[in-house]
Amino acid sequence: MKYIDEFRNIGIAAKISKLIQEEARGFKPVSFMEVCGTHTMAVERFGIRRMLPENIRLISGPGCPVCVTPKNYIDKAIELSKIEGIIVFSFGDMLKVPGTDSSLLKQKSKSNVKIVYSPLDAAQFAEKNQDKKIVFLGIGFETTAPTIAATVKYAKKKKLKNFFVYSGHKVMPPAMKLLARDKFINIKGFLCPAHVSAIIGLKPYAEINKKYGMACVISGFEPLDILQSILMLIRQVKLNKTRVENQYSRVVKASGNIKALRLIDEVFSIKDSDWRGIGIIPKSGLVLSRRYADFDIEKNTDLSEVKTKIDKGCMCGDVLKGIKTPLECGLFSKKCAPENPQGACMVSSEGTCAAYYRYGSGRK
Amino acid sequence: MCLAIPMKILKIEGDRANVSSGGVQRTIGINFLKNPKIGDYVIVHAGFAIEKLDTAKAEETLKILEELQ
Repeated sequence: MKYIDEFRNIGIAAKISKLIQEEARGFKPVSFMEVCGTHTMAVERFGIRRMLPENIRLISGPGCPVCVTPKNYIDKAIELSKIEGIIVFSFGDMLKVPGTDSSLLKQKSKSNVKIVYSPLDAAQFAEKNQDKKIVFLGIGFETTAPTIAATVKYAKKKKLKNFFVYSGHKVMPPAMKLLARDKFINIKGFLCPAHVSAIIGLKPYAEINKKYGMACVISGFEPLDILQSILMLIRQVKLNKTRVENQYSRVVKASGNIKALRLIDEVFSIKDSDWRGIGIIPKSGLVLSRRYADFDIEKNTDLSEVKTKIDKGCMCGDVLKGIKTPLECGLFSKKCAPENPQGACMVSSEGTCAAYYRYGSGRK
Repeated sequence: MCLAIPMKILKIEGDRANVSSGGVQRTIGINFLKNPKIGDYVIVHAGFAIEKLDTAKAEETLKILEELQ
């Protein structure tokens, strides 16, 4: 495909890998974090880790939206699906995530759960089926939030009374700041997310760079993008002059997408948010703003009674923060596998554990 | 989940556009693009174009990658 295949050239990949080896020779061991789940998947799929020298460690961060959605959200979504007259619409990735007693996939056979590619499909379904209440599970970071915002605006324009969003949206920079502050994790730089950055631009990273000295490179998702970005990170650290660089300039503008940012601002308000395995991160979540409260399922249905049991033995929390790799978890590939996931990192195709399991990274 | 692919705009009707890539065609929302035009490459995610792809910048990056040392 145009603008994908060109960035997968194996000869150039081998050349950059060699440049990285040369640049990192005699370097003190250093860790960089790829924040985004799509990067984690690409790193495993294209064997990037194996192209790096031992002293350059790439650790995976919390940028898989499904993985960081709290179990209580899943339990509440399941409860919603059991209410007569409600149909829950979701992106496919969410369905297998285990809640306390069930998953949306298990409910799908007995109740009303549907998968859609676009949130707009759910609103259009609501338009045609006005006797049903449609609840869309709004999950995702800044990449996805404007698509939900545009859908809510569509529902308002069409005066839909039966379309609602259960917002579990999160924003990335507060989590990155938390990780940058954590001395235990000890990373020197971020491989910043590609499409989140297409929306938010470079500015949020300037603060992360200035305040915490982090090297920041916004990277595309193709293997040459990732390798070039790692080389840029190493060169920044080597010169002891960290800054924000944009490797993915073909898509990411310095200002971000201003129209999309305005849309997010109009439809959502910022609030504190619970990240599975990490806990509450201040000002890291998005809920529907007062102006759009009629479309907020939490304002229109009482879900306060839903109780959730805490995960036992699952190390997703430490994996999401990059403190542990999946190989250090006692459940990994034994009790926890894609066909029987214990934690969210194994469920989502972009989860670190699922990526490790599928591509066998680190297994002898 | 933030995966999005470059697709080419074939037709525009209001805030909707027909796009194609590798033989696949789709109708998507172009609500938050600035001045979208037929022939533009856009990055498509969850049924919406989240940004245009700057083809000149893409060629620039490819040239840098080739010359990188």
